[in-house]
Amino acid sequence: MRETLSLIFMFIGGLFNLFGCIGLVRLPDVYNRLQASTKCVTLGTCLTLFGIIISGPINASLKSLLCIIFILITAPTAAHALSRASIKSGVKLWEKSVINKLEEDKK
Amino acid sequence: MKKGILIILLYIAWIFLTWPFGKEIDWQILIAGLFISILSGFIFGEGFTESPHKFFGIKRYFWAIAYIPVLIFWCIVANLDVAYRVLHPNLPIRPGIVKVKTKLKSKSGLTALANSITLTPGTMSVEVDPEGYIYVHWIYVKTDDIEKATEIIVKRFEKILERIFE
Repeated sequence: MRETLSLIFMFIGGLFNLFGCIGLVRLPDVYNRLQASTKCVTLGTCLTLFGIIISGPINASLKSLLCIIFILITAPTAAHALSRASIKSGVKLWEKSVINKLEEDKK
Repeated sequence: MKKGILIILLYIAWIFLTWPFGKEIDWQILIAGLFISILSGFIFGEGFTESPHKFFGIKRYFWAIAYIPVLIFWCIVANLDVAYRVLHPNLPIRPGIVKVKTKLKSKSGLTALANSITLTPGTMSVEVDPEGYIYVHWIYVKTDDIEKATEIIVKRFEKILERIFE
């Protein structure tokens, strides 16, 4: 029973990782791609680790729990750092973007 | 006091990573971890936190536990949202950068808010202004007004984060 449940969680996690990668290919510019990759890959990896928490022995579960906490802290920080670096080095938004408050405020 | 808190946190992380309480307790690992966490606590303690007294408010921990289900719920909604936009043949996106306002002042509070914004539906924090403004990249811009965008993006986290970090 626990095996099956953990396999289901790992499968859903892998599915979300796949969606993240499809987003990485299909979306138009750096910022949209970062959105897709960060969100989907964070939840996908967390669900895979959650599968280990359910089925594994106690030391593996505690390690996975710690990994989930660190991923939840570091993944958005990395995305923020990448997008801020792109803004600073002058990467333009997609041409069909509706608004750019940051550029308006800089002027 | 900063060093003491850091040493305790490091030791907890060490125990979680190694887990010496198997069939019999592994004293070697416990003592080595104690030495390492005291050493690194003394080296890195100064740059750790600005307001160590906040660690002693018991209520903050209960709010932090209450915050976890909120974050998980919005994280799952965000993923379904991204999956929908990515798999839809017409790619229904309308991206842009909007500006939102926040009441949070402390550095750790702002960090937690920016990270939460990144993990929730369609939004990603791009730049933080120390005066309390966050520039947010929104994958489907519903409004360009500061007040309305704040209402949609920030309000659902701010109340709980205020109680944890301020």
